Amino acid sequence: MKPERLLVIGGSAGSLQVILAVLSAVGRGSPMPVLVVLHRNVGFESTLEHLIFARTGISIKEVEEKEPLYKGTVYLCPADYHVLVEADRSFSLDYSERVNFSRPSIDVSFRSAADVYGPGLMALLLSGGNADGVEGMQYVQERGGVTVVQDPATAEVPYMPQHAVTRMSPDHILPTDVLPGFIRNWVYM
Amino acid sequence: METSSIRYEEVELLLDDLFSRYGYDFTEYSKASMLRRVQRLYTLDKFPSFAEFRYRLKTDPPYFRRFVEEVTVNVTEMLRDPSFHRTLRTAILPVLATYPFIRIWHAGCSTGEEVYSMAILLREAGVLHKSLLYGTDINPQVVEKARKGIFPVSQMQKYSENYIQSGGVQDFSSYYTANYHLAKFDSSLTARMIFSTHNLVSDSSFNEFQLILCRNTLIYFEQELQAKVFRLFDNSLENFGYLALGSKESLRFSPIAGRYRQVGKEKIWRKINEA
Repeated sequence: MKPERLLVIGGSAGSLQVILAVLSAVGRGSPMPVLVVLHRNVGFESTLEHLIFARTGISIKEVEEKEPLYKGTVYLCPADYHVLVEADRSFSLDYSERVNFSRPSIDVSFRSAADVYGPGLMALLLSGGNADGVEGMQYVQERGGVTVVQDPATAEVPYMPQHAVTRMSPDHILPTDVLPGFIRNWVYM
Repeated sequence: METSSIRYEEVELLLDDLFSRYGYDFTEYSKASMLRRVQRLYTLDKFPSFAEFRYRLKTDPPYFRRFVEEVTVNVTEMLRDPSFHRTLRTAILPVLATYPFIRIWHAGCSTGEEVYSMAILLREAGVLHKSLLYGTDINPQVVEKARKGIFPVSQMQKYSENYIQSGGVQDFSSYYTANYHLAKFDSSLTARMIFSTHNLVSDSSFNEFQLILCRNTLIYFEQELQAKVFRLFDNSLENFGYLALGSKESLRFSPIAGRYRQVGKEKIWRKINEA
């Protein structure tokens, strides 16, 4: 039996264009849920949802607490909350301390998604200016999930993906132009 | 440096232990969040194995207190979500002001910042003298802090900005006295507050209120427990009273939703009748 699958995308500074490209490639009606964990300022979210819709035609849905994860839906972490995945495949929100100066934290979502989806999880870490997400990637790998890092050489802000490459051995390190096609293949395999 | 990872099944064992040993029931807390908090404490306190962690918790009551303090989330701030507080000022307090006596319950008040925020709003609405604010939390340590009304001075600039955005026109710093890195809030505010421990899971209603605030506590509960707590709030709220929740929480799917109507766009609901 194939495991249930989930794609979680973690991005910070300089990641928006890549996220748009990946979401466009994945398109509407994908056979799994997609969760986007993006560091951003409070009060910016509605603009972001509109922007993503305008650019990709995909309506991205802000996570509501206790909401079940549905295939074909792209979810966005609300500003100022951590997003966790429950064993019954629903989301829960968490307003505890920032992790790596971030809320939502990519580490928190990667980790909790790995607990539930294990080998069915793909964690994608993109451009950014802090070290969030790296520890979560390690955990995803331990749990048998697939870890993908944007090649720091091609990232707008290389610090975050560089950290991942230095601290662990991601399964795939891919340049920006190759990422969307690669993710699409995994999603529809 | 790597400590082992705790699994869901282990957390369940632990929570069952704590319920039978201490009577604290965390079994209906959201599992993912609980796992994360337990993992955090386990790593922080450098236990060599889960078995030792479990044994310590079962046999060492002071360590269990630490568990309660660390596993429950105590993040809060003053006047968080300025637009919410603006609505309190403009739409809710003028209604409450018509009552001879105002009783407000902050359920899950943590270190009390929201209670002090409310006292300031009540003061500015000219009704603090006839108000009583009850702040409760499961965690005795934060309740003790709340009672003192002393907060880090480093937060005051942010709170002052929140205050202005929420419609405040006074000088925010007139509400506290700064001493080195601490800000102590005016004792005339504290005089209208009562703090105590209260466990939303197991304790019952203790009064009737015109306004209950419970913001960012219910997100840590599973839906059945949320429903139970909503009924507790319903039992503790006067007819035409208000219930205020966190910005991502909702009454919508709760068993009491039919008797409540949302006030504008904010997460504030009014109890409309008992029918």
